[in-house]
Order: sequence, then C-alpha cells, then structure tokens
Amino acid sequence: MLRVSVSSSISPALNGATEISIEAQTINELMHKLIDRYPRIENQCETGIAVSINGEIYRDNWNVKIPQDSEVYLLPRIPGG
Amino acid sequence: MGHDTSYTDQKFNVVGTRVKRPDGLEKVTGRAKYGADASAPGQLVGLILRSPHAHANIVKIDTSKAEKLAGVKAVITSKDLPDHTGGNRGMLDILENCMARGRALYDGHAVAAVAAIDRQTAKKALKLIKVTYKVIPHVTDVDEAMEENAPVVQDYVFTPGGDGKTPSNISGIVPFGHGDIDAGFEEADVIVEKSYKTEQTHQGYIEPHACLANMGSDGTGELWVTTQGHFVFRNTCAALLGMDVAKLKVTASEIGGGFGGKTHVWMEPVALCLSRKANRPVKVVMSRDEVFRASGPTSSTSMDVKIGAKKDGTITAASAQLRYSCGAFPGIWGMLGAMTAFACYDLKNVKAIGYNVLVNRPKVTAYRAPSAPMAAFGVESTMDLVAAEIGMDPIDFRIKNAAKEGTKASYGPTYGPIGIGPTLDAAKNHPHMKAKLGKNQGRGMACGFWFNFGGQTCTDLNIGIDGTVNLTVGTVDVGGSRASLSMIAAEELGISYDDVKANLGDTASLGHNDMTEGSRGTFSSGMATIFAARNAIDVLKQRAATMWEIPVEDVLWEAGSAKATGEGHGNLAPLTLKEIAAKSPTTGGPIAGHNESVADNAGVSFASHICDIEVDPETGGTKVIRYTVIQDAGKAIHPDYVEGQFQGGAAQGIGWALNEEYIYGEDGKLQNPGFLDYRIPVCSDLPFIDTQILEIPNPNHPYGVRGVGETSIVPPLAAIGNALSNAAGVRMDHVPMSPPRILKALEEAKSA
Repeated sequence: MLRVSVSSSISPALNGATEISIEAQTINELMHKLIDRYPRIENQCETGIAVSINGEIYRDNWNVKIPQDSEVYLLPRIPGG
Repeated sequence: MGHDTSYTDQKFNVVGTRVKRPDGLEKVTGRAKYGADASAPGQLVGLILRSPHAHANIVKIDTSKAEKLAGVKAVITSKDLPDHTGGNRGMLDILENCMARGRALYDGHAVAAVAAIDRQTAKKALKLIKVTYKVIPHVTDVDEAMEENAPVVQDYVFTPGGDGKTPSNISGIVPFGHGDIDAGFEEADVIVEKSYKTEQTHQGYIEPHACLANMGSDGTGELWVTTQGHFVFRNTCAALLGMDVAKLKVTASEIGGGFGGKTHVWMEPVALCLSRKANRPVKVVMSRDEVFRASGPTSSTSMDVKIGAKKDGTITAASAQLRYSCGAFPGIWGMLGAMTAFACYDLKNVKAIGYNVLVNRPKVTAYRAPSAPMAAFGVESTMDLVAAEIGMDPIDFRIKNAAKEGTKASYGPTYGPIGIGPTLDAAKNHPHMKAKLGKNQGRGMACGFWFNFGGQTCTDLNIGIDGTVNLTVGTVDVGGSRASLSMIAAEELGISYDDVKANLGDTASLGHNDMTEGSRGTFSSGMATIFAARNAIDVLKQRAATMWEIPVEDVLWEAGSAKATGEGHGNLAPLTLKEIAAKSPTTGGPIAGHNESVADNAGVSFASHICDIEVDPETGGTKVIRYTVIQDAGKAIHPDYVEGQFQGGAAQGIGWALNEEYIYGEDGKLQNPGFLDYRIPVCSDLPFIDTQILEIPNPNHPYGVRGVGETSIVPPLAAIGNALSNAAGVRMDHVPMSPPRILKALEEAKSA
C-alpha cells in the first residue's frame, strides 16, 4: 500500500485529501485508481500532475514502477522557459 | 522507453570538448532564416488591430469599409475564429488572447486583423475598421487587483475557498510547506520580516514574433514560425482552427531568442485564419510595440517574507506570501513562486503561499525559470538581513542551512543528490570573494533553484553512403543543442564531430516533440540521440556480420568500427562506419537509428552567484563591476555553451534587477513599449561574466546531464540587491533597483 502525499493545488480534486493510501505498482495504475476514486481528477491527470517518487519527478512516463516503500508525492506539472 | 537511462561513469572523446558551433557561420553572415525571412508566391501582409484601452466592452466592430478597400483580401474578427475548444477553458483563454471576444482585456489586446497586398494597404485598412468600445474600470497593480472592490477581469474566476458566487481576480491560492511555522518562529532568537515588490519584465528576445501561414482550400495548411516548439504550436493551432493535426505542417525557423516567450501562440492562429479566408499565404511580423504590449511578459509581484533563526545560524522557520500577476487570464505563476522560494534550504518549518492574480495586462507566460527569480529576490534578500542580525557571514549562514540529499524540499518531496552545497562551497572559496573592493563598491551573493524537466522526444539518425550522419531532432535549438546533440551522436558512434550534421525536423517528419523549455533540449533530445545512435549501431553490426558472413553475436562496436570476436574471426580487419556505410546498398539498404521516448527525471538544479557593484551616490547610478556564476551542470557536453547559458541568464537577471520594467500609466496603457524606454543591458553595461561549472552527475542520465538553461537567471536580482546594500548602505526592496529608486533610498536614509 502506497502512502501518497498530495500537493495543495491538487487536493481540491481529491475532495481535499492531503494524503491518501492506494495500492499501485506503477504510475499508470496509480493514475487510473485515482480517477476511479476521484473522478474530478481525470482532467488534471494527463496535463496537470507530476509524480515524485523518492524525490525524482516524473511528468510523462507512466510506465515507471513505484517501489512499495517509496515516498510518493503528487505535484503540479510545471512549465519552463 | 525500454532503455536503461542510469548514469554510467564512461570516458568521453568528444563530449566535454569545445568544438565549433555548427550554426555560427550562417548566423554571422546573415544566411540563417528567421521567422520573418520566409516568403511565398502571392504572399499577403497581415496586420493586427489592437485595443487602445486597458479594459473595455466591444460594442461593435464595423469592418465594411476596410473590406471594400482595394488590395484587402481578408478582414477577420473573433467571429472568424469560432470556439472549437469543446469546453476546455484553458484553450478558450488562448483563443481569446489571440483575438478579443467581446471584451478587450488589456492595452494591446487584438480585436481584428487584415490581410492585404502590401503593408501600406494593410495599415490603411486597419484605420478603416471602426471599433465601438465601452471603456470599463481597469486594474493593473497586483495588490490593487486583490482588493475587494477591484474591477473584475474575468467573471468566471472566483477566489478559491470563497463563496463561489462573487467573481474575483484571485484565481489561485496555493500553499506549500511542512512543519509548524508558529512553533518555529517561537524558537527563533532573531526574526526578520520584510515586504518586496518586483515589476513586470519582458523576455526581451531580439527577434519579434513572426510567421508565414499558408492554408490551402483542401483544409491542409503550413506554418513557418519562430517558436520554441513547433509540434506544440501545431497541436494548439490545429485545435483552435478545428483542423486535423496531421493536416497542418509546422516548420520552425531559426530562433532569435525565446526564453519562454515563444512557448505560447500569440498571432499564429490569426495568421492561419487570415490565410484561410484570403486563400493566399499571409505573413505576420509583430512590431516591437506589439511584442511588448501583447506577448509574453513575466509577472509583476508583491511579497512578504519572514525568516527566523537561532543565534547559531539555524533557521527555525520561514514563511512567505507571494502575490504574482498573471495578466488577463488565469495562470500558475504565484504557485511556482511558492514552490521555488525556499527550495535551496533545509527547513524544519516552512510555509509559502502563492497567489495567482488577474490584472488588465497581457497574458503572462514563462520567462526562464518562471517565477523563481522574484521569489529568490525576497528570500535571498531576507537571508542576508537575518545573517547580519545574528552577525554571521552570509555564505556561512547559507551553508549551514543548505538543502542536501535527504532534505524534505519546501515544495514536498525529499531530495536525492543535489548541488546547492557544492555551489556554496565553491562560492566561499572562489577568488572573487577575496578580491578587494573600492570606494562605493559592495559585494553580494545569492542562491537559486530551478526544477528542470524532460518530456516527449523523437529523434532520427540517418547514415549516408559516405558515412556522414544526419541527425534529425524535433527540439528547437535555442541554446546550442545542435552542437551538443551532434557531439553525443559522434561520441556514441565513435566518429568525428565534423561527420555529424544535426537538423531540425518539421512536424511532418518526426513524431511529437515537446517544447524546448524547462532546460530540456540537451537533456531529453540528448537521451534520444544516445539511444538512436545505439539503435543505428545495432544495424551497423548486423551489416558488418553480413559483409563478413559471420553471426552478429560475434560482432562488437568499438571506437567507430565493427570488430569480429570469437574463434575463427581473428584475421578479420575491423570495418569502419564509413566502410560499412559504403556497402549499405547491397547489405540491406539505408542505415538508420531511431528513438522515441519520454525523458523524465531531469534532476533539479542549483546555482550560487557573486556580484560586485559600484554605486554613484550622487545619481543613484550603478555599474556591475564583477560577476561570477557557479552552477551544477551534471555533465557539460559543450562547456562553451554551458558557460554561455550561465552568462546569458545572469545578463538577463542583471537587466531585470537594475533597469527593466513595464511602466503603466493611470490609464492602464503601457508607457514604454520599445527598447529605448525599456532598457535591456548591452555589452557595455556588463562586465565579463565569470563562470564555474560544477559536474555533479544526474543519476538518471547516461552521461549525467542536467538542464542548465534557466537556473542562472534566478539569483541575480537578489545578488545585486545584496551587493547594493553593502555598497550603499540601503536595502532595496523594489526591483528594478533603478537610479531613481536608489537615489530615493539614499536620500531617505540620509534624512533618517
């Protein structure tokens, strides 16, 4: 079971949750389970969220495996200049 | 992506050298083709009519006289750009920014456009368009926009957590942090609290926005454009015009600077719409006035910063409220300020709240490490004030509190290996720190942070019959990526850099590539180039095996040649890449490599800057006399370009710190939309900017590369503010720290 911390810009779409427990082996599974549980997050998932796994930030590669003892953080996806 | 991207401590032959840039000759001889340099038979001139009002309802637009003018081939308004966005508010905002839809939201907002046979006719036609405005109250200041009775810019925006019924200009309130700041401030021996303001600046790219649009009557189209990302422009323009993505081919021109401002479409959909209506090619080139009034500035800001520390230098708590203007459309700029503000430090108790605020100014877009420089100005200025209060050297104070591997970042996650400590150590030991200062001179330093990222990338590598290599990439070269990617291809293949020619592919020739933004060009396309080259090496080995008539398992690739291994092949001389390429027609045809990938995990970046400045107490004038940038590059593929990025970011930051600002009048109109009155630094304003590259490998790139393009603009505002404070004895809290502001601060200090 992963403990996923949620950034304040994302938590409104997760009914205000700041931390959630979820079973997922990959970012892909995490995203789909999030959408199942919190349908409002769907619009944000592909373009508005990045996933930090042990401090390493993934924006696009949903195939990444999540080790079960990882620190997982949902962050806003950011632009650059 | 199916490839191991882990760092391997390999030895390099080409990477790390300072080879000649491939685009230098074309650029200095004027042969390079920029956005305005393309032409097509029958081409028309497109011009845009812009609102002279900061905020107005558009009652009526009468285009009839303009349409009747001889030589005018098309006149468009928002009616010609119907809403194809399907309820996507963000896309509708982009469309409305390209062409006002019933409301002019800022001085310079496009309200109509014409295409005519020449510029003179087009200008005459613009004058014949009659727009009836009803001017309504406006707001251009970020603090005033947050007041309860401020004019509302967008009626669909509500303050988060508010009643949801009363529209406001606050589109986002986003806190980051951890711990208990109240308890942390209780523990502090010293607390410093200060407010700061920074004015809006423009990226200042010398090349204005320009494009040539050519829509066919069959629903297909082409766009030649100066952009940081032609694939994203294609997707956006196609969506806004209701086109199939594959039917719009976008070719990126050479780019004369972007720095984030060319990540966004401004008038390109308008040019395509004009071309579609006129059934002729249409070229649109923005004037400098238009660039300033209607494209990509960064935010103006207002912020309050509070830092508490013990006498031993340990920070016990830090907090900030950061209010960032977003222009007339919602953005995430305050949020980014909050994410980056305290990212350099290891803090037990920290809270930063970002406010995204709408004002009647042009839509804010990214500017090099967007939002980070302003937050760093507030935080790093306050860091110096705290250090002074406790009697500690500012560098030692920062070293004591620097984030490190295992630190919980102020924006959430825990850091892996990072470079802030080493940049601070290097700054402390740099000869610059020990150099003597003269009269009215002072020294300051500051740190900066930026995220960096990777993204989608697609790359082709084709080996010619003579063994030279075409590398086709889809990330626009804004800072030397054609050189660095050619070097990477040469390194992998084991050939000379001179045998590789990198080209920028158009949207019809490669799969999607994300923008060149987020310092991703060399990181992500570099990774794709490594794997495309390794893919080609697999083919080369197969061809060598065919030529030798041995199993491919008995062939290895080493130093640019196929070598046979195993029993019975000892007498086979190695086959060079050129020899294999020469035989390619009869061994299976063309030899190519390809890679498409998502290069995530770019690795965060830190920098420390040192600045010496001289202040003229009579005039408030300043001169930067010495400047040093120390930054972690992971691995510098081409050190000249890396140094150039460090220097470029510092130069832009120096201009921002000392001179550049958008000045709005009471009427909400921009007063200085030109380089005479909006003064960016020129060579004579700057000293040679010294650089020190640190190489702390990114564990998630085969060569250890990190992005280098943005972080260097983060520290200068604060480094200069700190230097000024030490030179003149006044603490500047308003950027730009221009002569009138410095003089005022000096006079106030004298009278106090």
